[in-house]
Amino acid sequence: MKKLLFALAATGAMLVAGAASAQDKTKACWIYIGPTGDFGWSYQHDQGRKQVEAELGDKVETVFLESVPESADAERALENLSRSGCKIIFTTSFGYMDPTNKVAGRFPDVKFEHATGYKRDHPNVSTYNSKFHEGRYVQGVIAAKMSKAGVAGYIASFPIPEVVMGINAFVLGAQSVNPDFKVKVVWANTWFDPGKEADAAKALIDQGVDIITQHTDSTAAIQVAAERGIKAFGQASDMIAFAKDTQLTSIIDNWGPYYVKRVKAVVDGNWEQSDVWGGMAEGHVVMAPYTNMPDDVKALAEATEAKIKGGFEPFTGPIKKQDGSDWLKDGEVAEDGVLLGLNFYVAGVDDKLPQ
Amino acid sequence: MGMLEAILLTIATAATPLLIAAMGELVVERSGVLNLGVEGMMVMGAVTGFVVAYSTGSPWLGMIAAVLMGAAFSLLFGFLTLTLVTNQVATGLALTLLGLGLSGMMGRSFVGLPGVKMSAIYIPGLSDLPLVGKLVFGQDPIFYISIALVIGVSYFLFRTRAGLTLRSVGDSHKSAHALGIKVIAIRYAAVTFGGACAGLAGAYLSLVYVPQWVENMTAGRGWIALALVVFASWRPWRVLAGAYLFGAVTIGQLHAQALGLGIPSQLLSALPYLATILVLVLISRNRRLTMMNTPASLGQPFVPDR
Amino acid sequence: MRIELVRRPQTSALFSILSPFLALVLTLIAGAILFAILGKNPLTALYYYFIDPLREVWSLHELAVKAAPLILIAVGLSVCYLSNNWNIGAEGQFIIGAITGSILPVMFPTFQNFLVLPLMMLMGIAGGAAYGAIPAWLKVRFNTNEILTSLMLVYVAQLFLDWLIRGPWRNPKGFNFPETVTFHDWAVLPAISYESGRAHWGFIFALVAAVVVWFMLSRTLKGFEVKVLGQSPRAGRFAGFSRGRMVFFAFLVSGGLAGLAGIAEVSGAIGQLRPSFTTGYGFTAIIVAFLGRLNPLGIVASGLILALTYLGGEAAQISLGVSDKVVRAFQGMILFFVLACDTLIHYRVRLVRPAPKEPAPAAAAEASHGNA
Repeated sequence: MKKLLFALAATGAMLVAGAASAQDKTKACWIYIGPTGDFGWSYQHDQGRKQVEAELGDKVETVFLESVPESADAERALENLSRSGCKIIFTTSFGYMDPTNKVAGRFPDVKFEHATGYKRDHPNVSTYNSKFHEGRYVQGVIAAKMSKAGVAGYIASFPIPEVVMGINAFVLGAQSVNPDFKVKVVWANTWFDPGKEADAAKALIDQGVDIITQHTDSTAAIQVAAERGIKAFGQASDMIAFAKDTQLTSIIDNWGPYYVKRVKAVVDGNWEQSDVWGGMAEGHVVMAPYTNMPDDVKALAEATEAKIKGGFEPFTGPIKKQDGSDWLKDGEVAEDGVLLGLNFYVAGVDDKLPQ
Repeated sequence: MGMLEAILLTIATAATPLLIAAMGELVVERSGVLNLGVEGMMVMGAVTGFVVAYSTGSPWLGMIAAVLMGAAFSLLFGFLTLTLVTNQVATGLALTLLGLGLSGMMGRSFVGLPGVKMSAIYIPGLSDLPLVGKLVFGQDPIFYISIALVIGVSYFLFRTRAGLTLRSVGDSHKSAHALGIKVIAIRYAAVTFGGACAGLAGAYLSLVYVPQWVENMTAGRGWIALALVVFASWRPWRVLAGAYLFGAVTIGQLHAQALGLGIPSQLLSALPYLATILVLVLISRNRRLTMMNTPASLGQPFVPDR
Repeated sequence: MRIELVRRPQTSALFSILSPFLALVLTLIAGAILFAILGKNPLTALYYYFIDPLREVWSLHELAVKAAPLILIAVGLSVCYLSNNWNIGAEGQFIIGAITGSILPVMFPTFQNFLVLPLMMLMGIAGGAAYGAIPAWLKVRFNTNEILTSLMLVYVAQLFLDWLIRGPWRNPKGFNFPETVTFHDWAVLPAISYESGRAHWGFIFALVAAVVVWFMLSRTLKGFEVKVLGQSPRAGRFAGFSRGRMVFFAFLVSGGLAGLAGIAEVSGAIGQLRPSFTTGYGFTAIIVAFLGRLNPLGIVASGLILALTYLGGEAAQISLGVSDKVVRAFQGMILFFVLACDTLIHYRVRLVRPAPKEPAPAAAAEASHGNA
C-alpha cells in the first residue's frame, strides 16, 4: 500500500515538474455549465476554444472544466484554475458572476471574462455577451413570411431577460411583415431535456402553430417539426444535419473571434477591462444559411440582416407593451440597461409572462 | 390529422417508455427484489441503442443491442444483491450512478449526430382510418411491443404455473425455498427481464422519441417508472393506466401553457408528481388491499439455509 | 462452479477492518483499468484523483466545504435507514431547509443583529424537518410507500425553489436574473479561519452532529429502539416500542439535519439563494451513508472520501482532460466494491463445484415463519 502511494507521488511530482517547463505558453481556461456534448450553449463555447487553439497555435495551451454547476463548486473550480496557472479564464454562464468576482479579487494577475453578467468589481474582470435578439428579429421576419396560420410556437427555457428579449424581438420582426402575427409560448423550465422539448413542440403544433422556434438547447424540437412536416429554426448551432428539409436558418453563437482577440491580448500583454455586447456586425451572432424558403423570403431575410448590420436596432419605436400601453415612441431606441433587465412582453405575445 | 388524435399520439409516445420500464420493474418486484437502478439501466439502453443503430444503420439492431445491454447491466445488480446479498436500495442507487457515468463516456463521440429513427408501421387502408387509424394501426413497433408486454406479463403472472412460482418467491422466499423452488435462480431471471425492459425503454428514447444521443437523456424517467409500479399496486393493467395518465398530465400541462392560461409553469410541472403522491395515498389507504398485492418479501435479502 | 454464502456465527472483526481497504484496493485497480482504456497513464490519473487535492491547505478547506453537507445529511439518513425508513428525499428537505432558513435575510433584510444567524439555522432545521414529516405522516396515516413519496417531494421542492427565486424572492436590483439579494454580513455563516481558506462552520456542525448521533445510536435507549425496530419490527412491538413514533422520529431527525445542511450551504458557501445552489447533495449523501456503513463516525470518513472524488475529478480534468463523467462512474464503482466487500463481514464465501442433485431441503421448512 505504502509503496503504491510513493510510486503515485513520484509520478505526480515528475508530471508537475514536466508541466512547469511548458510555462512559456499562455494558458487560457474555460468553465462550462453543461457538458461540451450538449450541442448547444456549452458546445458553442467549446468551439470558440478550439478556434483559439487553431489560430494561436503553440502560443497557447487551453484547459476547460465542463458541467460545473452554479453552486459552491463554481468558486472552487475557478480557484483551482487560477492556481493551475491560467492567465485568462472565461466563465461562460450567468450564475458564475459572484464566484468570478470573488476569485478575481484574490488573483489580481489573472484576467477573468464573464459571459452574460454585469458585475465588474475588480479591474481584472471583463464582461461580454451577444445580441442574439438581432438574429431572432430576422427569424421573426422569415416566420411571418412563411407561416400560413399567422401563429408561431416558441419553446422558452426560463423567464430571464435574455429569453424575454428574444421572444419580443421575434414578435417585432414578425409584425414588421404581418402586424397581426401572434406567438404562443411554452416554458419548458429547462435548458436541456430533449424529451420535454419534443413534447413541447408537439403540444404547440397540435395547437395550430406552423413554425417552431426555440430558446432551449437540444435538437429535439426541430426533429419533431421535421416529422410533422412544418418549418422550424435551429438554436445555438447549425442544426441542418438533423432536419435538412425543415431548418429555415439558425442563430449561431459564434464566440471564436472574441476569444481569439481576448486571448491574443493577454499573449501580447495589452489586455484591458471591457464590457462587450456584440451582435451581427461584430460577428458574434451569425445566421446559418437561409434554406427551405422561396427566393423572395430569402432576399428579405438577407436585407433585414444587412439592415441590422448597418446599425438598425430591433427595439426601435413605436412599440406597445402587451397590455396596450406605449413603451417606445416613434423612432425611440430602447436603452441597453432596460433591455438587459427586460421583464415584460410587447403586444402580440399570446402568453402571460411568469413573474 | 385531427387535434385530438395528435394529442393522443403524443401521450402514447410519452407513456410508452414509462410503461415498458415499469412492466420490467413490476416483474422484478413481484419476485421480491427492489431494483432502484432503472434510470441507470435505461440510460445504458439509450446510449447502446443509439450507438449500434448509428453504426449499423439499423434501428432494429440498435433495439436488440439495447435490450441485451440492459439485461447485462442488470446482472451486475443481480450478482451483488442476490449472490453477495448486498443492500438492494444502495446497490440500485450505485447502478444508476454507474449507468449515468458510463453512458456519458460511451456516447461521447456520438453527441450531435443525427440518429436513425425507427419508422412507424403503415397498413394501407387501416392506418388512414379517421381518429383511430394512426393511433391503433400506425405507430412505431416498440409501441406494440409495450402493449404486448402488458398482456404477456399479466397472463404470465396470473395464468401460468411459472408466474405463480415467481409470485410465491416474492411473497415468501422462505416458504418457496422450503417447497424446493430455486429462489435465487428465479430472482436472477426476473432481474434480467427487468433490465432488458429498461434497456428497451431507453432505446425507445434514443430511437423513437428523439432520435439522438445526449447525456442524461432519460431525465428522471426511470424514477417515474418505479413510482408507477407502486402506483399500480403491482398490477400490470394498472401500470398501463398509470403510464398513460402520467403521460396525459405531462402533455396536458404543456397544452395549458400553449393556451396561455397564465398558471405558473412550475406549478404545472409539479402536477404529475403531486398526482402520483395523491394516488399513492388513495391506493395505500386500504391496508388490506395493499397487503394483498404487495410482494411481502420485497427488498429483503435471501440466503438459503444449509 | 458457483458462489455460496455461509453466515458467520458472529460478524468478523477482521473483515470489519479489512473490508474498506479491500474495497479501496479494488477501486484503485478498476480505476487504473478504466484510465488505461481511456488512454491515460493510470498512475498519473490516480495521483491526480486521490493525492493532488490533498497537497495544499486551500484545497483541504474545499474538501471540508464539499463534505459538510454530505456528512450532515448522511448522518441523519443513517438514523432513517437503521430504523428501516427509506427516506430517498433528503434532497427535497435540503432545499426546503435552505428556503426557510433564508426567510430572514431575504424578506427582512433590515433585521440585522447577532440573533439572525442562530434563527436562520433553527428555521432551516424546522423547515427540513417539517418537509421530512410529510412522507412520515403519509406512511403512518395512510401506509404510503415512503421511498416514492419522499422522492416525488424532491421534484416538488425543486420547482417551488425555482418559482420562488424567479418570482417573489428575486433580487429587485438583479436585472431580473434568478437569484435573491446577497445576504448581509450578519446572515453569513463565518469561515473557520479566514486566512487559510473557505471552510465554514457547516463543517463543525457536521462533526458535532456525527458525534451526537453516534452517541445516541450506540449509548442510549433511543438508539437501541432505532435498531430493534429496524431489524425486527415484531420484536420492537413486543418490547413496547411504537413503530409510528419511530417513523416520525427518524424523518424529523434526518429532515432537520438535511435542512441545517441546506441553510449552512447557502449561508456559508454561497451567500445568496440560487435555483442551482444544490447539485444533488441529498442523493449523493445516500451513498455516503452506505459507504460509512450507517455509522455516523464512518460517515465522516466516507463523506470526506466522496468529496475527494469530486475534487480529484476536477484536478484530473484540468491536468489530463479526463471527462467529468468518469467521476460518476467512479463513485458508482466505489459503492459497488464497498457493498460487495462488506458481505465478507457477515458471510464466508465458498466456491462450490456443482454437486449431485440435492434432495429437497425439507428441513428448512420450519424457517418459513419470518416477519413480513
